[in-house]
Amino acid sequence: MLDALARFGRMGLEAFERLGRGHLLLLQILAGISSLLTRLGLLIAQIHSIGVRTTTIIVVSGLFVGMVLGLQGYYVLSQFAAEDSLGVMVAASLVRELGPVVTALLFAGRAGSALTAEIGLMKATEQLSGLEMMAVDPIRRILSPRFYAGFLSMPLLAALFSAVGIIGGYFVSVGLLGVDEGAFWSQMQAKIDWNEDVINGVIKSLVFGFVCSWIALFQGYDAIPTSAGVSQATTRTVVHSALAVLVLDFVLTALMFGE
Amino acid sequence: MHKSIVNDQKSLIKIRDLHFSHGNRKIFNGVNIDIPKGKVTAIMGPSGTGKTTLLKLIGGQLRPTRGSVEVDGLNVHKLSRTGLYKLRMRMGMLFQSGALLTDLTVYDNVAYPLREHTNLPESMIRRLVLMKLEAVGLRGARELMPSELSGGMARRVALARAIALDPMMVMYDEPFTGQDPISMGVLSQLVRRLNDAARLTSMLVSHDVEETAGISDLIYVLSGGKVIESGTPEELGVSDSPAVRQFMGGLPDGPVGFHYSAPSLTEDLLSMRGAK
Repeated sequence: MLDALARFGRMGLEAFERLGRGHLLLLQILAGISSLLTRLGLLIAQIHSIGVRTTTIIVVSGLFVGMVLGLQGYYVLSQFAAEDSLGVMVAASLVRELGPVVTALLFAGRAGSALTAEIGLMKATEQLSGLEMMAVDPIRRILSPRFYAGFLSMPLLAALFSAVGIIGGYFVSVGLLGVDEGAFWSQMQAKIDWNEDVINGVIKSLVFGFVCSWIALFQGYDAIPTSAGVSQATTRTVVHSALAVLVLDFVLTALMFGE
Repeated sequence: MHKSIVNDQKSLIKIRDLHFSHGNRKIFNGVNIDIPKGKVTAIMGPSGTGKTTLLKLIGGQLRPTRGSVEVDGLNVHKLSRTGLYKLRMRMGMLFQSGALLTDLTVYDNVAYPLREHTNLPESMIRRLVLMKLEAVGLRGARELMPSELSGGMARRVALARAIALDPMMVMYDEPFTGQDPISMGVLSQLVRRLNDAARLTSMLVSHDVEETAGISDLIYVLSGGKVIESGTPEELGVSDSPAVRQFMGGLPDGPVGFHYSAPSLTEDLLSMRGAK
């Protein structure tokens, strides 16, 4: 009984210690902005690596999610003879929720896991120690550019996801199911609000980008420097990011759209 | 004899009463070491005696629980972050794995510290990189990626990178481990020649007795968290200390036990079934 209690206490202490290390690392990463501004090339290279190389999965997923929304929405709305509102339903679902959330989940799976594995392996192969001994701060040189690249890429990827999703929804609604094209676009234009829908979606994406990049980099930097340690860290990145995104989405939605 | 080496020359590194622990395990328990300027000094000892840890303490990557490490008159662990980074620019370190950046070519790896810390034009960097690679015999391999290099070549590239900024000293972490006899000979001669030609101070940690003794001016032998002997290779060769004789002669029996600390075998075998 006492052993179990001691184990529980130790686990709690370790969790808090980890949380503390994570926050300290975040502060150091955020402070890296000063040196990053003088070397924008590092940021651009990482935006290419993290953002641009994630576009394929975002475009394909966005297209299919939009098409499925078109199909499902039509069968529900047609029961109330409201299929003309299909454009609004597709766009609102994408811009408010599915764009930011699904993009963040895909980002965690594609870019987040890659970031963790990269940093973890750099640690395991002493590359980070090597940089330190060359008087190069690995947090400023390696982690900061990746963090800011992830933070900035997320809203752009979410916007791409939503735009492609709307096109997918349009093909299914107008092309396949015969919804009136004018009604599809005009209702969308009339009902989707810039601040309420678009800006709130962007804010969500920025928060998800911040959290997913932080989790991925911390897991890699804090990984046990062995193959098993890096593998566990990569798994933790995907699991923690997915949970954080879903919980934060609920909190943000409640704050933004709750009465 | 060795005292004359240390006293006659000013020490570049002074380690005093160094204590360090990993969790409950004591690694160093009052270590005193002087690394003389311009010499090749080896820190030797059986595996697990904390040789690599010592290098990390000197480089400021680890902090001692007690004692001090001075490099060129500066207390490493009392320096500010900027001060420590300035000092590290004058220290080269060769990691056991090479620690090359795997997404950069050999050329870019050697150019890396120059690009990070100087504003030299690319034409000048090119000349410096080619000279450093020539010194380690790998000028022709400059377009290769680290994954295309053998272990010995990777260490030579890492050595070229370590001396890119013309440091005052180079620390070598197990430079000969896992090398074939030819690579080992090449590396050991490189360490000696670079030290003398560039007027460096070299410090290498190793457990390869023959190769290390062949190029070192001074050897410290670590065991049980302390320096158990120090002197020139010749002095250590005739040492009376059982631990030094065991280590230098590669003898299986001696003060350094074969078994890791454990309860008696009988006690272990008769303990509860299923327990680990």
